[in-house]
Amino acid sequence: MEKELRLMKGNEAVAEAAIRAGADGYFGYPITPQSEVLEYLMEAKPHERTGMVVLQAESEVAAINMVYGGAACGKRVMTSSSSPGISLKQEGISYIAGAELPCLVVNVVRGGPGLGTIQPSQSDYFQATKGGGHGDYHLIVLAPSSVQEMADFVDLAFELAFKYRNPVMMLSDGAIGQMMEKVWLSPQKERSKTVPEWATTGKPPTRERVIITSLDLDPMAQERFNQKLIAKYNEIREKEVRYEEFQCEDAEYLFVAYGTSARVCQKSIQLARAQGIKAGLLRPVTLFPFPVNRLNELADKVKMMISVEMSAGQMVEDVMLASNGKVPVYHYGRMGGMVPEPEEVTDFLKSKI
Amino acid sequence: MPQATGINDIIKPENLVYKRTEVMTPNILHYCPGCGHGTVHRILAEVIEEEGLQTEAIGVSPVGCSVLLYNYLDIDWQEAAHGRAPAVATAIKRLLPDKFVFTYQGDGDLAAIGTAETIHACNRGENIMIIFINNGIYGMTGGQMAPTTLPGMKSSTSPYGRDVKMMGNPVKMTDIVATLPGTFYVTRQSVHTPANVRKTKKAIRKAAQYQKLNKGTCFIEVVSNCPSGWKMTPVESNRWMEENMFPFYPLGDMKVPQESESQTTNK
Repeated sequence: MEKELRLMKGNEAVAEAAIRAGADGYFGYPITPQSEVLEYLMEAKPHERTGMVVLQAESEVAAINMVYGGAACGKRVMTSSSSPGISLKQEGISYIAGAELPCLVVNVVRGGPGLGTIQPSQSDYFQATKGGGHGDYHLIVLAPSSVQEMADFVDLAFELAFKYRNPVMMLSDGAIGQMMEKVWLSPQKERSKTVPEWATTGKPPTRERVIITSLDLDPMAQERFNQKLIAKYNEIREKEVRYEEFQCEDAEYLFVAYGTSARVCQKSIQLARAQGIKAGLLRPVTLFPFPVNRLNELADKVKMMISVEMSAGQMVEDVMLASNGKVPVYHYGRMGGMVPEPEEVTDFLKSKI
Repeated sequence: MPQATGINDIIKPENLVYKRTEVMTPNILHYCPGCGHGTVHRILAEVIEEEGLQTEAIGVSPVGCSVLLYNYLDIDWQEAAHGRAPAVATAIKRLLPDKFVFTYQGDGDLAAIGTAETIHACNRGENIMIIFINNGIYGMTGGQMAPTTLPGMKSSTSPYGRDVKMMGNPVKMTDIVATLPGTFYVTRQSVHTPANVRKTKKAIRKAAQYQKLNKGTCFIEVVSNCPSGWKMTPVESNRWMEENMFPFYPLGDMKVPQESESQTTNK
């Protein structure tokens, strides 16, 4: 089967990619700017195409707990929402991480705090990469910067989620979710018939019962479990770092940016280089695990790093930790749903030279 | 002089009148003496065994006293976040429609924090069984006021009795779900006498059988006691329940399928 070229919104691409990736279930609740995911799925009749279950839940809270139930059956299940709705899901995400269940949560980020705006933002970086809910845990966080990546990362997310039995978040934003681009869609995959041994399927006489829970009343046992999680996160840090470099070979000044901001920075680099300023970009594709080692290496080569984010300065803390004081690190950010212009990013760089 | 009789002389197959059902694990129940949970666990296990559902059953346990229910029934389990069991069960049943899926929840879990999940699962007519233990109090956290605490009833957060003007009225969740088109069978029972135990077991059996028909949610409330939370002996608590809980939460069926409805299967 050939790949198929379509013109789609990022949100639609996620939905179509989920069907084609052989997802078993989607549970969601409308919120701007991601409602097209659920709308597309309802219109596309995935139940007829693959047998995929799609359900509009009564709340984001119910939707993430449906994801818990489906994931615990060993199914490839997902939900999507935008910032305020993702906050509501945090309890469920913590339980999913605590029960070591695989799933995909898509966050099409909008400005906050509170009800905020409906325009694109990157102000959920802390929430996505540092845990988000209660307790010691991490999500694997993928940051698409194109409609193509919103489609491609669905399959990657399920692969990583099942490999590590860990929830994966796709941290997009309102711009990539809403804009239309051409996208190559993968051919339809069959839904998996493999049943993981840890899944609840009804207990045959041949095995012990399966209990999916995040509860352990024995603090020593709970600590052992926490240590097991740490080992898993360290393995993820070691093996799953993904990033992209843009004109870093001779760069003296490094932008660090993901998602929409990374697209803006590519243009800013062109503008800077036209004025003789050697700028480059490191775009983290995984925000957890963060490309710490590569940034630390680059800190030996560049004179300055600027974290460009549509936030008040969140990823900049990780850039500072990774560069470990070797070079000055600045933050340039727009907030509230405002997207930076390439010129203003270049001007900020020039002001710091 | 007759020989002293040891315990091993008494435990013989011919003397056996009562034994653990196979679906119950040998784990010792953590419940307080006189609590109704153990009885409901037992009859639920008996129904699962007698209906041949052990290989099909996936239970969802709540947050509250019965959070550890998964230690006692030898079936597959998921432990849900507080109040979310009906949402969890919704996904299990939709993804594995041939399985026997049920939730087991207390009054705080089902009728306070989980109100939305309860009502919407029932309203969608999710093809699951919900067992609702109503003892009018939060047991596990130490006897606080529940959504079902009676007017005037004392608890650690209504120490002078529930003042409905200040604290609101008790919720009759079973009456509410009976009005929803998605529920197929709704009943309120108890387990404080052998006769009531048999009625409750019959209700659970019906709900298990109805689930195969794919006609909607089966909802069984069990009005129960909490001797520790109510600060009574088990016997006193049962008497208090009869005198106070039953007038407010009368036992009996609230929604029973027509005979014709219970003989056909929906796709």
